[in-house]
Amino acid sequence: MARRNMVGYLAAFAVIGMTVVPLLFVILGGFRTTAQINTAPAGLPGPFVWDNYAEVATSPQFWRLLGNSALIAVIATTLAVVLGSMAAFALSRYAFKGREAFYTLFTLGLLFPLGVATLPLYLWLRQLGLLENPLGVAIPEAAFSLPVTIVILRPFMHAIPNELEDAALLDGAAKLGFFWRILLPLSRPALITVSVLAFVTSWNFYLLPLLVFSDSTNFTLPLGVAMFQSEHTQDTAKVLAFTALSMIPALTFFVLAERRMVGGLTGSVKG
Amino acid sequence: MMSAAITTRPPTAPVPHAPAAGGTRRRSRVRTRLELALLLIPALLLFTGFVLVPIGVAAYYSLFSWNGFGPLTDFVGLDNYVDAFSGDVFQGAIGHNLIIATLSVVVQLPLSIGLALLLNRKLRGRTFLRMVVFAPYVLSEAVTAVIWLLMLQPGGFIDEILRAIGLGGLVQLWLADSSIVLYTLFVVITWKYIGFGVILLLAGLQGVPPELREAAALDGASAWQTTRHVVLPLLGPTIRIWVFLSVIGSLQLFDLVWIMTLGGPANASSTMATYLVDHGFKRYEFGFGSAVAVILFIICFVFALFYQRFALRRDTAGAMTGVR
Repeated sequence: MARRNMVGYLAAFAVIGMTVVPLLFVILGGFRTTAQINTAPAGLPGPFVWDNYAEVATSPQFWRLLGNSALIAVIATTLAVVLGSMAAFALSRYAFKGREAFYTLFTLGLLFPLGVATLPLYLWLRQLGLLENPLGVAIPEAAFSLPVTIVILRPFMHAIPNELEDAALLDGAAKLGFFWRILLPLSRPALITVSVLAFVTSWNFYLLPLLVFSDSTNFTLPLGVAMFQSEHTQDTAKVLAFTALSMIPALTFFVLAERRMVGGLTGSVKG
Repeated sequence: MMSAAITTRPPTAPVPHAPAAGGTRRRSRVRTRLELALLLIPALLLFTGFVLVPIGVAAYYSLFSWNGFGPLTDFVGLDNYVDAFSGDVFQGAIGHNLIIATLSVVVQLPLSIGLALLLNRKLRGRTFLRMVVFAPYVLSEAVTAVIWLLMLQPGGFIDEILRAIGLGGLVQLWLADSSIVLYTLFVVITWKYIGFGVILLLAGLQGVPPELREAAALDGASAWQTTRHVVLPLLGPTIRIWVFLSVIGSLQLFDLVWIMTLGGPANASSTMATYLVDHGFKRYEFGFGSAVAVILFIICFVFALFYQRFALRRDTAGAMTGVR
């Protein structure tokens, strides 16, 4: 048993190394100068240099990218979760003809990943006059997040006991009142899961904003990181500082939501 | 709580009754219709307008030779499709997608299972380990691409490390050598996505009752036998979902490749999606690009249908036929 655990710890150590070293390379590299990096690519900071981080953190460009990404992600998440929960309610707590057909239609969306549809979407957005507009990115992202939102919420809402609904209706609540006052509060764990999924998807998305925005003041963080890298190829240290700072929101969000994400994935696998 | 619900009801609403209550039956049916419309139509509009319509429109554009401006006049039928399939570059791109998909299943799946089994043990610092493994998954592909682009520079971090541990002979032009670039990208993809498989499988492992392992152990099964014959079969549904997501993801690979290599050198790392953006978007061949988009879509769709039919059927039988 002890030997098995030894092997386990060794493997764990290797895994940590593989995962963490690239992250450390970025974070520590930001504390070096480009000259230091060029002479010893795998060295440690010595002496520590704060300039790179200070410059990036005080540049309006970085904060604008952050703001753009946040705005788009919030709009996309809100739209997907509000409309998705309404649809999931209709598809889980009403009996009507065509219900399964509607549901199948939405689940088909799981097979249409946003990447595949981007070129046609671009043409469509151009026709709607939504290019260079945050909504031009947020609305399609919301649309493509709807299927997974509905697929996760529907079984969850369905599992809430009928007795609760009967009791509410007997007490004189309208069906929509039941939805708003009882079902939604009870669905909070699932709502958090789908919100996290929609938010992260939007936050990290690259291809659609790449096509929709050509004016760099509209860029989102992923676009900005790639652009910064290609514009500062001679200044590795600054690119590393920029990249390190741009990782912070996603990593923070992940630390806060980690348990939720795992729980949500469990739910989605079990259907 | 109930009384609050009553006061928020619009004053014009009919007195609520159980649906079967005599005289108000018809009115409540109308009301139900209205409620359904109110609940479903916004989502349907969004979904149709931004998921279904663009794909339908693409199918239409794909029949024309069109630079994206002006009216569609130059009808070419299926020529765009024929051109795409007969071009070496696109054939190569499909091949690259297939290589990545195959490698993902063959390499990442055993790796994920191994890591998940490891992390499912009672090791000290297990929670921390799980977070570490999952961390790269939350980074965007763009950030991942930039990190590895810098590490893989000739004479950069990776080369330096290899030399330091006496493996200097392995140093390559990781991203500039056309016979290696695809495999370099695959390593980066694995780094980023392995955590997802691990978390998925860990979730699946939580569904394996400990009694089953204990029973197997009591019957004299070794740890390996228990894993192979008890645990793995029970992970089946999770593994099949992972394979599905992984293949679909591989077929649409774009961000990493675009930022790291633009599909180069000499198209050695192009994928269907980079080809699509390169031709459709950068060269203003929107009719042709639409055809490529439709092809990409059909490939994903056909794979999904077949996979659904033959592999996922058991697992999703409940989920897809709906709740009752």
